[in-house]
Amino acid sequence: MLARQVTKLSCDSARREPAPRTAASSDQSGCALSRRDFVKISGVCAASLATAGVVKGSEKQALDPDRKGVLVDLTVCIGCRRCEWACNDENGLPNGELHEFDDRSVLESKRRPTSTQLTVINRVLSDDPAKPTFVKSQCMHCEHPACASACLVGAMRKTPSGPVIYDASRCIGCRYCMVACPYQFAAYEYENALTPQVKKCQLCPSRTSRGELPACVAMCPVEALTYGRRDELLALAHERIQCNPDRYVDHVYGEHEGGGTSWLYLADRPFAELGFPALGPSSPAQLTETIQHGIFKGFAAPVMLFGLLGAIGKLSHSAKVTP
Amino acid sequence: MTLQLSISQNRPRFFTRGVWVVSAIAMVGMLALAARFVLGLGAVTNLSNGYPWGLWIAIDVACGVALAAGGFTTAFVAHLTNREEFHPLVRPALLTAMIGYTFVALGVMTDLGRFWAMWHVMLPQMWQGNSVLFEVAICVMTYVTVLYIEFLPIVCERFIGRAHLPEPLAFLNRPVDRLLRLLDAGLARVMTIFIILGVVLSCMHQSSLGTLMVIAGAKLHPLWQTPMLPMFFLLSAFAVGFAMVIFESLLASRSFRLEPEKAILAKLARFIPVLLGIYTIAKVIDLLNRGAYVYLFDGSVASLLFVIEFGMGVALPFAILMNDRWRHTPRGLLTAASLVILGVVMNRLDVFLLAYTPTIQSDSYFPAFTEFAVTAGFIAMIVLIYRFIVLNFPVIERLEEVQA
Ligand code: SF4
Ligand code: SF4
Repeated sequence: MLARQVTKLSCDSARREPAPRTAASSDQSGCALSRRDFVKISGVCAASLATAGVVKGSEKQALDPDRKGVLVDLTVCIGCRRCEWACNDENGLPNGELHEFDDRSVLESKRRPTSTQLTVINRVLSDDPAKPTFVKSQCMHCEHPACASACLVGAMRKTPSGPVIYDASRCIGCRYCMVACPYQFAAYEYENALTPQVKKCQLCPSRTSRGELPACVAMCPVEALTYGRRDELLALAHERIQCNPDRYVDHVYGEHEGGGTSWLYLADRPFAELGFPALGPSSPAQLTETIQHGIFKGFAAPVMLFGLLGAIGKLSHSAKVTP
Repeated sequence: MTLQLSISQNRPRFFTRGVWVVSAIAMVGMLALAARFVLGLGAVTNLSNGYPWGLWIAIDVACGVALAAGGFTTAFVAHLTNREEFHPLVRPALLTAMIGYTFVALGVMTDLGRFWAMWHVMLPQMWQGNSVLFEVAICVMTYVTVLYIEFLPIVCERFIGRAHLPEPLAFLNRPVDRLLRLLDAGLARVMTIFIILGVVLSCMHQSSLGTLMVIAGAKLHPLWQTPMLPMFFLLSAFAVGFAMVIFESLLASRSFRLEPEKAILAKLARFIPVLLGIYTIAKVIDLLNRGAYVYLFDGSVASLLFVIEFGMGVALPFAILMNDRWRHTPRGLLTAASLVILGVVMNRLDVFLLAYTPTIQSDSYFPAFTEFAVTAGFIAMIVLIYRFIVLNFPVIERLEEVQA
């Protein structure tokens, strides 16, 4: 069931089981340049991670090589909003009848995930009014999530198997995670006076632990969503681009953005046009953690400052006393 | 032990017309605060998913911490570099810091959605060492404690030899007195450690308060967003710490009709242009280095904010304080100190609010009346508590002399 493939989009030559571990090892076609770029980028990423690792000591979290993710093919999505229904249903959120989701008027205005709608579909019009793009948004489940790095009590946590999950029993409600999230996909229950929670997609832990697909993925009637190992999804995404170069822009959003995300996107036009933020190849958390651990590594700086101040105090006092 | 509100006739009264006004503001604020805890954040604030942090974090917390910096800067120059002449300024600065930080903590608690879980921050199994906010929280909590310890000798001094418990407990007067003397002597011996600890903790969290917004990435305008934010926050905290001490001293002189300590203040004020100078150089280097200076001239709201913040809060007070004559007049000092304070307030407002744009720009934020009310109420409470303590504890030396 892993990496459910959309048959009409995959080419025969590329169908192998299991999918290659890394994109680099499947370097065999005419797309060498982009592959090599990819290798280069991942090399740089790895190097920067390694240096950061030296600075940060053992703080870096290990992720499972078979961690999961979802590939969204925006060229396939028909904007039926069935995934919204499924998500509401799975998460016990206010929901309507399935047929109510056929109402297209909702698409007139821009929406974004809220505390009662963890995933939403937006329509982005193009030059050809008959061919809009539908964009599903939800928490991206970043590889090195800013929200988890920001949370002071560890209520946001990156699980080694992929999902970034929220634990309300730890949360103190400071909303720093929301300040940190570069996508602004975490929402807050402001109306709740006593036990408000940060709400975001959790990637259906209870379903996936039973071996089922996340609710939205299972619901999608056109298989625009594919759940599976992130590395396989990446390979699959590149394969689709390679075999259908006219159909896609040569960019898998989420491969590198903000240090990479578990949700990956394919589209037929530049992601900037679709409202995806342009993020650098490293997580926003990378920088702050480097600063923070640089300053406070082993508590050396504060202890040194303490000693220095003590010395100043001693010296100035004895200087004053002697004459 | 009873607090005698008016020890002598010469002592200024607690209530004046101005104090009544401040009390009214405090009352309104406390009502708004009650509403926040009963009705929740959604009902009393205009916060949204795009603006998870608003007025309370920007003013009550970010500005509160900065403006309370006088405590550690004064402690440093007066105690650690042992400059006798600055000693009269230490206690007022310490008091401001103590009350200021107490209200920072209250401000944080008001803003926390799950305020009742605040104590999680103290549980080691909850600690998340990558979080900048974690470090800020731990430092601030420890520092508040240190400030209370630093204030204890003043309490001892107030009651030693003056413990007058009401009748049924009067037999305790002696033991209480002895206990106070013991405490006082013990504290005197270890105080240096707490003073140094206070300075270290301050340097840590004042700078980390700047690091806090680095993770917001592109949401913070490039004129402000820089990995150097911690350094800028620390430098400006130093500067505003001195400015606050000057500002308060002059204000207290006015309020209690005392002769302003011009000479000492002018001396203290000399530190400010040095700090502002370093700040300016660092800022220029940073803007050039990141190429962010291009945003200075694009005529956007952000560029305007930046120019005002810098011109009013850094350049102007620098010019005033570099002038020897101006620096020695109360008016020159007051103007320069006020400008530095305004500049830092604006800087924190810019970093935490005004120059912050959500990724999805469908939200806008303007604080609700209740948010303003709570913030104004907290400030009013600070003023009232400060006045009460100053009138009843040996904080301002000159006020003590009036009373004697
Ligand atoms: S709101 Fe909760 S989950 Fe978010 S950073 Fe604060 S404590 Fe962590
Ligand atoms: S998209 Fe935002 S909320 Fe989701 S993991 Fe990334 S930083 Fe956290």
